Amino acid sequence: MTTPAPNASTDPLLRVEGLQVWYGRAHILTGVDLAVGRGEVVALIGRNGAGKTTTLKAIMGLAESRQGGVTFDGRPIGALPPHAIARLGLGYVPEDRRIFADLTVDENLEVGRQPPRPGAPHWTPDRLFELFPNLAAMRGRRGTRMSGGEQQMLTLARTLMGNPSLLLLDEPSEGLAPIIVRQMADAVRRLKAEGLSVLVSEQNTSFAAAVADRASVLEKGQVRWSGRMADLMADETVRRTYLAV
Amino acid sequence: MSFLLVQALSGLATAATLFLVSSGLTIVFGVTRIVNFAHGSLCMIGAYLGWSLIERFGGSVGGFWGSVALASLGAGVLGAAMEVGLLRRLYRSPELFQLLGTFGVVLVVQDAVAWIWGPEDLMGRRAPGLKGSVDILGQPFPLYDLVLIGLGPLVLGLLWLLFTRTRWGVLVRAATQDRDMASALGVDPARLFTGVLFLGSALAGLGGALQVPREAVNLHMDMAMIVEAFVVVVVGGMGSLTGAFLAALLIGQLQAFGILVFPQITLVLVFLFMAVVLVLRPHGLMGRAEEAPPAAATAAPVLRLGNRGGWIAVGLLALLAAAPLLVGDYAVIVLTEMVILALFAASLHVLIGLGGLVSFGHAAYFGLGAYGAALLVRHLGAPMPLALAGAPLVAGLGALIAGWFCVRRSGLYFAMLTLAFAQITWSVAFQWSGFTGGDNGLLGIWPSAWASGKAVYFWLTLALCAGALALLRRAAFAPFGYALRAGRDSALRAESVGIDVRRHQWFAFALAGSAAGLAGGLYAFAKGSVFPTLMAVSVSVDALVMILLGGVQTVSGPLAGAALFHLLESQVMRATDLWRLLLGLTIVALVLLFPRGVVGVLSSRRERS
Ligand SMILES: Nc1ncnc2c1ncn2[C@@H]1O[C@H](COP(=O)(O)OP(=O)(O)OP(=O)(O)O)[C@@H](O)[C@H]1O
Ligand SMILES: [Mg+2]
Repeated sequence: MTTPAPNASTDPLLRVEGLQVWYGRAHILTGVDLAVGRGEVVALIGRNGAGKTTTLKAIMGLAESRQGGVTFDGRPIGALPPHAIARLGLGYVPEDRRIFADLTVDENLEVGRQPPRPGAPHWTPDRLFELFPNLAAMRGRRGTRMSGGEQQMLTLARTLMGNPSLLLLDEPSEGLAPIIVRQMADAVRRLKAEGLSVLVSEQNTSFAAAVADRASVLEKGQVRWSGRMADLMADETVRRTYLAV
Repeated sequence: MSFLLVQALSGLATAATLFLVSSGLTIVFGVTRIVNFAHGSLCMIGAYLGWSLIERFGGSVGGFWGSVALASLGAGVLGAAMEVGLLRRLYRSPELFQLLGTFGVVLVVQDAVAWIWGPEDLMGRRAPGLKGSVDILGQPFPLYDLVLIGLGPLVLGLLWLLFTRTRWGVLVRAATQDRDMASALGVDPARLFTGVLFLGSALAGLGGALQVPREAVNLHMDMAMIVEAFVVVVVGGMGSLTGAFLAALLIGQLQAFGILVFPQITLVLVFLFMAVVLVLRPHGLMGRAEEAPPAAATAAPVLRLGNRGGWIAVGLLALLAAAPLLVGDYAVIVLTEMVILALFAASLHVLIGLGGLVSFGHAAYFGLGAYGAALLVRHLGAPMPLALAGAPLVAGLGALIAGWFCVRRSGLYFAMLTLAFAQITWSVAFQWSGFTGGDNGLLGIWPSAWASGKAVYFWLTLALCAGALALLRRAAFAPFGYALRAGRDSALRAESVGIDVRRHQWFAFALAGSAAGLAGGLYAFAKGSVFPTLMAVSVSVDALVMILLGGVQTVSGPLAGAALFHLLESQVMRATDLWRLLLGLTIVALVLLFPRGVVGVLSSRRERS
């Protein structure tokens, strides 16, 4: 075991400072600051096109042109390629699911598998099938023949196979039936109980309210408001300014 | 009956090696999305390495098979090195640069192999224990071929196991579908791809080494193998292993029986088969539809020459016209060829720059023009002016026919189809010796008496080429050119405003073909002879290199590129024995350093300053 950096346990697990991203000439993120503490669930909230997906992708190293500081577990990761970031214990669940359609459920899980990581919950296919019972019945099925909700669960399960300590969840409730949304919320709470930290992007404030401790509100490529989720739900003006359609 | 059976069996043995090599190509393509031209070169390296090892150790059964395995490993290691040094930097480049970059490796390997092993064909020794033949319904059949027949399905089975039963295989399939997602899950795509190149190249090397006991190892194996493997992969569906297996079987039989029916045109038969399959099943037998790949040449709009550009053109023309008065005969000959090549490159640029269509067989129309003119002189006794008028017509007609097939597909498939048609015309010129002179070509194609002076012929060439260039330019800025560009940038949007994209591309193909044909006709009279090599893949690639040198996005680019290329070729490259090696290295360097071409770099400098 390496000795932890000073204050490692009080420092946030993930810290993002002045993150900027360009798509070609378009300056999409103009300076995003946020932090996720250990064991905390933080919601990244914003309207369509606010830059939520872009923020998560940039943290994961998937944005082509990024600038600014990202530290994970005290380590700067702003210049690392995605696979190196993933191997540090960051798990990314994209909004468009992107399961490997030609691969079976079991094979999809195999792609995500990484060695156990000290300080993070350890997942096996069996434990995941317990969390998502629907998947257990279709282990040999190919991704092309799964419903949207099943695909969403598989995406999450696949990322968990990497035993992450922080999960980046992009709009997990998007396009899902209410009952599946409730299952998703249960799963996120269960993950938090296991000790996972989560940064979840959402437009759906009720989903966010059901799972998050704190929230950061994103608008036009910047975080405009940060605070406790409960305070956000109580503050009508903030919600109207940044979130009302 | 028994004769037919033996013929079918020998087709199966051919199919086995074909499958080994093609499986490597299709695996590499499936994962990297790069068509690796150098795959045939890796096969050739496998054969040469195999030959050397078998000469030394191949006396015993173990020594023989050990040598084959070692040769295959050697090719695999070289392939992996190629991934690290070159391919890795090209994954996000346009197809043109990927194809050219790997073709650069082909040239380097050709000279390197010739340098190490010498130019002579090498007969290898037979496999110990498998020298005899078995009796099949009274006909002898080589035992070794029987082993090969078994090897094909065995390798297919092993590959299937590898890709479905091992973690590595699952990761490769995942990265094939979504490279970014796989890397976000902690998979290092670079290492995976190096491994894939190792595997694919080792298969190529295996196919090459296994040929040693069957036929002489020679320096033409690389192009022969890559072209056949292309056909197999395209027919089978790019990226599909079972498709490659099926296609190899079909083509093996086609060759085995085709040689009985049409011994003169077996090559044509194979390519026609591919063209028909592609028209009927656009994604090959087992391939899957994918979204259209992005237009190959990045599409900054072609700039209109302003008044100043026009004056520069006039000045340049005047300078060129005065040149014969100022320089000697040799320089005039070089200038003549430069002007011809400029037209050739500009005609290809119509397809690439305006249409976004990367042709890998444009030499076919250059060659058709040259042969058209030469054949008119030889068989009809036509005078030079008539022959020169015939050249663009013959080439245009050929392009009209080939284009009808080719424009049905875009991107890589278009490139492969054009290559296939170029190989068809090449094989006709090569195999139909009664009409075309075959390998010996047609000699004594000299200009009419009035144009026989070097200066006069240069002026004639300059006038015709300048006229043709002016016409091409007009077409580029006429509604026709705008329609082509609209189709290049977004076929869907162009169709939605009522442009028949395919029809425009077809005409562009014919126009480019006939302009190349005029260049070819002029070239025939400049050289006094024509040879099948005029239509070789390497000539098509020369034209691509000229465009690459000049930059894809400018009208003047191909002209500058052609001049620069010819200067390099005639002065520097020919001065050494290893000119292909130098050319290959130059191409690789160009592709890596100047993805927008030389003129492109200059103009972006200007923009910035
Ligand atoms: N590949 C891209 N190229 C150019 N612009 C892009 C690209 N992807 C996203 N954008 C732009 O960046 C901005 C932020 O997009 P992003 O996807 O991050 O928003 P989001 O908050 O996730 O929205 P949503 O709720 O719709 O998912 C948008 O204006 C979008 O148009
Ligand atoms: Mg989004």
